[in-house]
Amino acid sequence: MERRHFLATSSGATALVLAASAGLVPAHAQNAPGWNKAAFDSKTLAEVAKALGATSAPVESKDLILQAPEIAENGSVVRVGAESNIAGTTQLALVVEKNPSALAALFDIPAGTDPNVSTNLKMGQSSNVYALAKAGDKFFYAVKEVKVTLGGCGG
Amino acid sequence: MSDPMRIRAQAQGDKTTVRVLVSHEMESGQRKDATGKTVPAWFIQNISATHHGKVVMNAQWGPAVSKNPFLQFSFRGGKAGDKVAVSWVDNRGDKRTDEAVIS
Repeated sequence: MERRHFLATSSGATALVLAASAGLVPAHAQNAPGWNKAAFDSKTLAEVAKALGATSAPVESKDLILQAPEIAENGSVVRVGAESNIAGTTQLALVVEKNPSALAALFDIPAGTDPNVSTNLKMGQSSNVYALAKAGDKFFYAVKEVKVTLGGCGG
Repeated sequence: MSDPMRIRAQAQGDKTTVRVLVSHEMESGQRKDATGKTVPAWFIQNISATHHGKVVMNAQWGPAVSKNPFLQFSFRGGKAGDKVAVSWVDNRGDKRTDEAVIS
């Protein structure tokens, strides 16, 4: 485990203990081992990339395809997919700019698995949605604006 | 104990496409209940799939993934009759593993 991850997880644990004593979180709430709290706390694409180990800003790429609707009627279920044609893609991430935490999902792509994933996301409001791909030590992104007519967060 | 996942794995040539539907609340931690208290976040943090003991997908999720999450991915090397196992862990430490046979 990397030192940075360890620090991030342990400080997260402290925060949870404090929150638990305040009665906010059930006492048994905990983060799964290896869960990248720093990345999931990020607010912007650049912060997410940084938390994943990027040393320079991600570059827009035509070889990365983001599948997302132009208009989502229901923000609580938005089908978003990412497909990378960049050689050596090892990680894909889905980022929703205006959600409370920008990073929604992070996928490791082991050798033999296609860099092509899709899942359903919640979107609080209309926002830019990014696909972020890691290939080697470089990061690439693709962006699309999704308009949400009914939000998925909050009551 | 949570409900089983629905997993469909289909081989086409060398490529196996796996679709998973998980039964999980995926509470975002943003919602408030009727009394105005925030409903604590409760969501799957890690989901992974293995084929013959080899990890073919490993994902970390935040609370922004939808309720009853859907996941689709594909990998090379699977064939009909093989098993694919999918496991998840949520932020309360609950976990579940289900298996499906590739068709």
